[in-house]
Parts: sequence; structure tokens; C-alpha cells
Amino acid sequence: MHHANPGTGWLSWRQTARALLVVGMPPEEVLWSHERETLLDLAPAPPVAQDEASDLGVRDFRVPAVFVDLAQAAICHADERRWALLYRMLWRMVCGGERHLLQLASDPDVLTARRMEKAVRREEHKMHAFVRFRKAGETEAGREHFVAWFEPEHWIVERAAPFFRDRFANMDWSILTPRGCAHWVEERLHLAPGVDRDPFATGDDLEPLWKTYYASIFNPARVKLKAMQSEMPKKFWKNLPEAELIEDLTRHSAERVRTMLESPARPPRPRPRQPYLDSLKSLPGSEEEEALK
Amino acid sequence: MELQDKLAILADAAKYDASCASSGAQRRDSRGGRGVGSAGGEGICHSYAPDGRCISLLKILLTNRCLYDCHYCINRRSSNVRRASFTPEEVVRLTLDFYKRNYIEGLFLSSGIVRSADHTMGQIVEIARTLREEHDFRGYLHLKTIPEASPDLTALATKYADRISLNLELPSQRSLDRLAPEKNLHRTTEAMGRIRTLVDEAKAQRRDGDRKLRHATGQSTQVIVGADASSDADFLQRSVELYTRYRLRRVYYSAFSPIPDASSVLPPSAPPLLREHRLYQADWLLRHYGFQVDEIVEAARPDLDLRMDPKLSWALRHRHEFPVPLQTAPREQLLRIPGLGVRTVDRLLTIRRHHRLRLDDLARLRVPLEKVRPFVITEDYRPPSSLLDGERWVERFLPKPQQLELF
Repeated sequence: MHHANPGTGWLSWRQTARALLVVGMPPEEVLWSHERETLLDLAPAPPVAQDEASDLGVRDFRVPAVFVDLAQAAICHADERRWALLYRMLWRMVCGGERHLLQLASDPDVLTARRMEKAVRREEHKMHAFVRFRKAGETEAGREHFVAWFEPEHWIVERAAPFFRDRFANMDWSILTPRGCAHWVEERLHLAPGVDRDPFATGDDLEPLWKTYYASIFNPARVKLKAMQSEMPKKFWKNLPEAELIEDLTRHSAERVRTMLESPARPPRPRPRQPYLDSLKSLPGSEEEEALK
Repeated sequence: MELQDKLAILADAAKYDASCASSGAQRRDSRGGRGVGSAGGEGICHSYAPDGRCISLLKILLTNRCLYDCHYCINRRSSNVRRASFTPEEVVRLTLDFYKRNYIEGLFLSSGIVRSADHTMGQIVEIARTLREEHDFRGYLHLKTIPEASPDLTALATKYADRISLNLELPSQRSLDRLAPEKNLHRTTEAMGRIRTLVDEAKAQRRDGDRKLRHATGQSTQVIVGADASSDADFLQRSVELYTRYRLRRVYYSAFSPIPDASSVLPPSAPPLLREHRLYQADWLLRHYGFQVDEIVEAARPDLDLRMDPKLSWALRHRHEFPVPLQTAPREQLLRIPGLGVRTVDRLLTIRRHHRLRLDDLARLRVPLEKVRPFVITEDYRPPSSLLDGERWVERFLPKPQQLELF
């Protein structure tokens, strides 16, 4: 069994994977792990000159661009099996004569990788949606600074950060998470290691208004909790200020609807004399539109 | 009145508009600008209310004071609902403050009609102008327009907005006369025609090199389902007309929902949510699956079958077209198989170039096998001919009574 250290992400994994391909190391003989000392067989990695590997990487190990796209996302998944899975797929494409592997959407390896990719992309999208900034201050020149706390399951902060940079380029912000932090300060994006907990325990002055909006835009006659939870799973609720309203809104919805259904209907009032309403009568209307084709 | 009270009233007044799209805008972001905002990617839903609806935009009315008396509407002039009006500055500030906290993708601004169509429209346009020009706001803007407003104001609105909309409300003038006496179907579609021209012209200008041109990329509308006697065929025919003649991006179907202080002309009732759902499914078949209205609803039965989705209903009425051989059938035919969506069909088309399709392929793509099985032939499966017998075929697909609660 050969031990391979995947490093921290796409670039380090790719480098190791290329070195393994160069020496023709079959996937079933590779154990991907960061914890070297727990292994039974500590055979040293075959020495491969750095530039030899990258030379070969360019020349021989060309894979479809879709694989790079898929692997870059799947590699952010929290599942430790991702390193081995992606190496096995790489092997099948490069050495196993299955260059078209990714076109086999029902292949078990492809399915697993696609599922990881999907989970990562979905969480990245949810991070774009559910990060809630709180104002932390303002410089003398009037540039505002915001902070947010978010708890992702996967290693998505680096992937998700450019979205915030592009959208909020003209304010400073920090997004803190246990799986990495991103700071946009003085027009530069900095990535930093994760932190254990939200260091700013206070809310934002706008939160009462946001909660008022959330409560008012809800239609009690159409309660669909399952639909809501499939898009906004409970694991996100603790960092969403509006989520504390959900229980109350739901509990009182039936009562509110009953009140509406039971209250007496109001007869229309006669049309007031008003210049604009009067003018509507003389505008052209038409009957020919009436007939449906 | 406190800002918070106004927001409560004017968001409550806006919630019956179902549109929440924030996708399909021109791509842009805040870099190199003075303000915040980006758009043009996929839409983002920043929250979900317990009604399962996405909260993407700050959806509010400028005022809920209104001259019109549309009986389905909470804001009609005969209603005794509490009235409020934002100042334009309040709308601008709320939009920017919410946006900077990442609560929203942008603003969806609508209004009751006060004084006149032009007066109201002028205020809406002024808010959009302030956001875009004074604050360099590059987030999403959806503006509701009024058919009777002057074409100049409509043109300004399409310049500032990403999406523009005009609500048709009901599919026939007869229904409008009864329920929304100030509204006119002809004037609405005329205004849609003008907007279509503006959108097309802007698109052509961009294509010819004016990449910086900012303009709305499309329009949408909403109809209310269950407030009048219109059949599903009436709604769908009207939708096809709107999609083809005016190039609407979306027609939203909104189940008529109980409102406080309802009108005696239109008493409140439970919203027909299942009917609304079936209309969306049928609309989808029209736009993405190559179906025609007269295939989905027939003259003898102008309403959709509430018990099953419209594609399954069509298949059961055309059982002679099944089972379909998955390995060889063309895409159009695969799209008509109940339980197969566009993405699955496209995946199957790719896979079958490399190996012969088996039931296992379907299972791994998470296709609902029990539903699909009777309609397909695979390398290892052919439905027994007894499945195609008489009424048993229909029964097989009807929901069992205890499952009804799912709806």
C-alpha cells in the first residue's frame, strides 16, 4: 500500500495525483490520508522530479475540462473519500481507456463525484444567500465595515468569496467561519484560517426591520413548511435572524385565515368623482381581444 | 407613522404578487463603481417564508392607497385596510440597507394608483433613478408598470429596471369588467407590446456593440387563478399568446388567496393551491417540452386533471404511443415520457451513445421507476402488455386516498 498526502485542496492533490500517475500507481494501491503514522505500510513515495511530473502532466495526462471543473468542486467536499475517488476516476480516464467516463452519468464513481460536486455547489450557493452581514463600524471617510458568521459543512469559503468581493467591492467586510475566513479590506481579498466561534455576539440595528419584512411578506393562507425547509434546512436557522419567527408565524396561520374567511365581506363603495378615473372611461378599450384563439 | 409600521403594511400589501425572479439580468458588479450590487448570475433566494416562497427581493408597494376597486385586491379603494405611503427616500434607504446586509437581491417596487397613472409611475421611476444614478446601485430592480402610464415613463422604467411587469390579472375582459372595473385587457397587452419593442431594441443595440447599455432584459405578468370562472384552457391559451406575441419571460399563476376585509363581490375562499401547481406544470410543458395547449387540455375537458400531473394525464390519454424504446426514440418523444425531466432525458441521450440503456441506469439517475416503467422499453425490460389494459392503467397512477394529505 502506498501512502499519498492530498494536502489541503485542489492544487496539492493534483500535484500528488500527477506524481502517482507518472509511476503508474494503480488506485487500489494508494491510501490517501493526512495521517501518515497510522498506516501499516510506510513505503516511501517514489521519487519523482518536480519538472518531470509537470512535463508529463501537460503532455500525457490531459483530461476533459469538465473533469477539472468537477474535481475542483468535489475536492471541497468534507468527505475524506473524495481524494481516492477522484484519483480512481483520473486513473480510469488516463490509464483505463475510459476517456468518456464523465459522459456515463449513471456510473457509480461519476454519480458519487457528481453528488459531492452538487453538495459543494449547493452549499456555496446557500452561503451566497444566507450570509447575514452586521455593521461593525464606519471609517471617517464613510466606508462601512460589515462582519458575518457562517457555518459551512464543506470547504467552500475560498470558492464563495469572489461573489462577495464583486458585489460589495465598495465596503469592507469579513466572513468568519470554522472552515476558513475571508476578509475584503482596502480593496484586497485575504483568506485566513477558520475560527471556532462568532466573536461578535451582537445583532444589527436593521434586524428588527428585516424581521418585520419577513413576517409581513408571509401569506398565512399558503403554509408549506416542507417546501420551505427543503430550501432553507434547519441547520442554517441559527445564523438567520428571521428564523426565530418561523414557529410563531406558522402556529398562528390557521387562526388568521379563519378570521379572514369568517369576517363579513364589505360591499363596494361607489366610484368617486375623480378626474383620472373619469378619463379612463374615454380611453380606447376593445372587444376584439376578447375572443380566445 | 414609524418606518417599521409602514414596512409592515406595505410588504403585507405586496405579498400577493408571486413573482420573485432575480435571474436573467445583464451581468455586472460593483467593481469600479461607487456603490454596491451585482446581478446577471442565477437568481438567489435569500430566505424562505413558511409559505415555501422564496424571498429574493424587497417586495413592497410605494403606497397602498389606490383609486381602483379590484375586488380580489387587499388595497382596493373600498377596503378598510390601514393605509400608508413610503417617501421615495425611505424606499431607497431600506433597499440599500437591506442589500448591504445581504438580505436581498434588490427591489421589487409596485404601487397603488394615486392621483393618476403618470403621477404614480413618475414616483416609481424617480426611486429607480435615485438608486441607479445617485447611489450607483447595481443590484436587481423589478418595477411594476401601469398600462395607462405615458410611454415615456414606461421607457424610463425599462431603462432603470432589470425586469418590468404588468399584471394581466384575469384572462378575459368579461372577468375584468366584473372584478377589476378600471382595468382593460387591451390597454395592458398594448403596453406589453410597447415594452417588447423597447426590450428588443435594447437587445439589438447591445448586440451591435453598445455593451454598456443598461436596460431591462424582459417582462413578466401575473394572473389570478380561482377568482373568476375562467377555465385552465383560458389561462393557458392566454399564456401562449403572451409568450409568443409579447415574449414574456414568465407568466405567474397566483391562487386567489383570502384577504382581510374581503369584497362582497368576491368573498374569500381557500386558495386553489393544487390548481395553481398544475397550471405551472402545464406552463412548463408548453415552454420546455414541446406541448401544445390543445394537447394538454381538450375542448371537452378544459380544466387540468387535479389528480395527476398534466404529462401523465396526456400519456394516459395517448397510451397507443407507449411504451417508448429508450435506446432509439428521438428526444421529443423521450420528453413526453411521464417522470422524465429535461435533464434526465439529455443525460440518457449521452449515455446511450456508449452503452445500451437498462433499468439500472434509470434507477441510478433517481428516476421514479414505478412511474416510468409502464412507458418505456429498455435493454432488460419491456412492460407486460397487461399493464396497458383498459382502466387498470389509469387506476394505477391515481393517488391512494391516504396519500392525499401530501397535497
